[in-house]
Amino acid sequence: MFSFQVDYLSAFFLLVVSILGCAVSLYSIGYTNQFTQFKKTGLFLFLYNLLLVSLICLVTASNAVLFLIMWEVMALLNYLLIVNEHESASTRRAGFLYITMTHIGTAFLVAMFLTLYSYGHSFDFIAMKAAAGTMPAAVRSLVFLCALVGFGVKAGIMPLHIWLPEAHPAAPSNVSALMSGVVIKTGIYGIVRVVFDLLGPNPVEWWGILVLAVAVVSAVLGVLYALMEHDLKRLLAYHSVENIGIILMGVGGSLCFSSLGHPTLAALALTAGLFHVLNHAIFKGLLFLGAGSVNQTTHTRNIEDLGGLIKKLPWTAAFFLVGAAAISALPPLNGFASEWLTFQALLFGFNVSDLALKLAIPVTVALLALTGALAAACFVKAFGITFLGVARSNHAENASESPLTMIVSMGFLAVLCIGIGIAPGTVLSLLDPVTNAFFNVHIGSGAALNSGTLSIQQGAGTSSSPFFIALLLVGLVAVPIAIATAVGGRIRRRIAMTWACGLEKIEPQMQYTATGFSKPIRMIFANIVRARHEIEVENETSPYFRQTIRYELKTESIFHNFLYRPLTRGVLKAAHTLRKLQTGHLQTYLAYIFITLILLLVFAR
Amino acid sequence: MNDTLSIVLSAAFQICVVLLAAPFITGVIKKTKARMQNRKGAGLLQPYSDLVKLLKKEVILSSSASWIFRVTPYIVFTSMLVIALLIPTLAVPVPLHWIGDIITIVYLLALGRFFVALAGLDVASAFGGIGSSREMSISSIVEPAMMLAIVASAVTAGSTDLSVIVASLVTSPVTLVHPAHMLAFVGLFIVMLAETGRIPVDNPETHLELTMIHEAMILEYSGRYLAFIEWASQMKLFLFLALLSNMFFPVGIAASLQPGALIIGAAALIAKVVVLAVAVAVIESTNAKLRLFRVPELLMVAFILSLLALILYFIIGG
Repeated sequence: MFSFQVDYLSAFFLLVVSILGCAVSLYSIGYTNQFTQFKKTGLFLFLYNLLLVSLICLVTASNAVLFLIMWEVMALLNYLLIVNEHESASTRRAGFLYITMTHIGTAFLVAMFLTLYSYGHSFDFIAMKAAAGTMPAAVRSLVFLCALVGFGVKAGIMPLHIWLPEAHPAAPSNVSALMSGVVIKTGIYGIVRVVFDLLGPNPVEWWGILVLAVAVVSAVLGVLYALMEHDLKRLLAYHSVENIGIILMGVGGSLCFSSLGHPTLAALALTAGLFHVLNHAIFKGLLFLGAGSVNQTTHTRNIEDLGGLIKKLPWTAAFFLVGAAAISALPPLNGFASEWLTFQALLFGFNVSDLALKLAIPVTVALLALTGALAAACFVKAFGITFLGVARSNHAENASESPLTMIVSMGFLAVLCIGIGIAPGTVLSLLDPVTNAFFNVHIGSGAALNSGTLSIQQGAGTSSSPFFIALLLVGLVAVPIAIATAVGGRIRRRIAMTWACGLEKIEPQMQYTATGFSKPIRMIFANIVRARHEIEVENETSPYFRQTIRYELKTESIFHNFLYRPLTRGVLKAAHTLRKLQTGHLQTYLAYIFITLILLLVFAR
Repeated sequence: MNDTLSIVLSAAFQICVVLLAAPFITGVIKKTKARMQNRKGAGLLQPYSDLVKLLKKEVILSSSASWIFRVTPYIVFTSMLVIALLIPTLAVPVPLHWIGDIITIVYLLALGRFFVALAGLDVASAFGGIGSSREMSISSIVEPAMMLAIVASAVTAGSTDLSVIVASLVTSPVTLVHPAHMLAFVGLFIVMLAETGRIPVDNPETHLELTMIHEAMILEYSGRYLAFIEWASQMKLFLFLALLSNMFFPVGIAASLQPGALIIGAAALIAKVVVLAVAVAVIESTNAKLRLFRVPELLMVAFILSLLALILYFIIGG
């Protein structure tokens, strides 16, 4: 009943869990020591360690019952960790939202595993897999849909993401890092495990198209909502939605290729998706840890109150910059390597003779490019407003660098961002057996894997070598230095004040704000982000002398307005109607029992 | 060994051509614009004198600037040099073409832009922020259009390697008159105007706070730092024009790394780029700068043209 098995897919996710678990645990030493909020550090760390255990058991479980138990244990532990600061009402609400959504997901998973059980007559994954061939097409599609919804809630795909931007910021930062880095990836693990492994090798094409559609919506809307945030941790949480979208682009592409009989391309696309799983775990973990360090010393998550932290927290700033560049897919960091592979895998869709895919691919590629560019814009904002310029508040003015363990753990992740970035082949060779198990091809036949070069031999062949790009970027710095020295001699510097348009000195308020920074994007995408702003002006005597001006800006989520609000309203209304059954009279209840008994006697003899 | 030597030498030659020819092209544009305004204008070599002057001047650093501000000019300049090695300018295949394809180039451009935008925020002035915000917003709508325009050209070659694309055009020149290819050219041309900050998207000659984008970000730069950033912008313009000319009119491009062929390639390249530069100058002289929030409409045109190009490929075939 309770059996564990480590195949290549489990091994890969174990690696993801272990790398981030290692860094976050080290970080927690310094973080929980200083954090005044931790009244019960012992209890907190006990739960934290249990969460790591449940993650490890989850990705190695080879039995549906064990898998579901671990799934629930993980969800409940997560809840307890989220509501660590349960004194605040918003944290309790975030926790409640999380636990509601995750259980909706679990309901779908239970339904899914029971369907699989009814064909395989066993809860063991092996038996389920063996029976997949006997399932009718409609049932297979049903299982696929249940998996997409059930695991999608955990992964945070749109429109099931609503708990994510509430719960991730509410949790302590080390837990947020683990949640965004690893816990949401268990959703991806589940989708890959069920759709590629348990359902066998012949997916239906619309599955892939559906996953691509979900992926595109999650990626673009995720990054747009992130741009509208100026709460550093909420911003990062929305980026998790975006990156899950990018991962699912690889997964969806793989399903399409696999259904159309192109196993090599399918392997390539899945490799791109899984590679991004690891990369996102590393850089998002790093960014959340960085946000935690900032939060710990400044006691605010609002970046409008920060600024100039690069001088107060030099190490944190440098590592956060590495993470920001990696998530923006800048070469030669790890985010670039996996996005490049995703682009390449998708572009091969043009060579597949299938109209639906040919129409889906240009849209997906263009929107992936849009996502990448918007992510870069967002991280210019997040890093620039938080760490550059001058301090916008006393909190930021008096900030100080974090303890050594926290810096070391962030440094470890930053080094991994660079290391995997310039030697992507090392990770890709780990992924080869994973995809080989599903498609029976080696990605080596579609992509050569030197450790420093990404190269694809399909079609006319393409390659990109982050290693040599890094080498050239470093080496060619000699050119401008040599030119400048030859023409102008040694550099002469003078420190002066930034020009303040003739005013005597520059004030922190003169700097651009995060809200101002994202204004053009808010206007360009006004139809999607739906910003609503209110201006209240209080005049004293004449409109020329204003006493106070209050400005409030809200961005409304279309999902809240058009999906969740009507849904909750409907549920509440239904509950209200059903309440009429509860009259409070003993006789009525006896009548109910009597009617039920008669009905049972008639129908269920 | 001989092979390695010729690769290194031709790569160095390619970088030198781009480095040295880029200011000249800027001079051509300025001269043409001056002539169109009935002015005599500065000499064609004026941009070189400007660069030398800047390189000799001392650097004034803002007291609120951090190390980001100081490393940015080097990152921008170096990333442009790496791009110069990857774009087919003088010969196909480019000696080091396997180091990066077009997607790599797009993201290397993003690397430079990322740091310039950060430097804009680093100096704590409102202008830097305004420029960074506008630059990142416009670039985020440029990038999908650019990617589609490139993909439209890459589809027939079956590769995103620029050298492979250009080489396939050299061997089958019929593709050059394919309607889809022409649409992609117009799409990429508009993208080039936006990406290099020319009218009607941005005006490289203004320092008016209401309109400036790129100039606002680099307002606090001076001395050699400014020289590197200006020079990098000139190289960017040159490389985009070179890319357009070789992807759509690959005439005279060298097929081998022989010194003679390379020199012919360089001469042909500069001639083609000068023609395109004059076209840019004519567009700049006859058009007004667009309002910031009209720019997305222009880029939407580029995007739709590239999408049409792709659909045409599917309908008529490559």
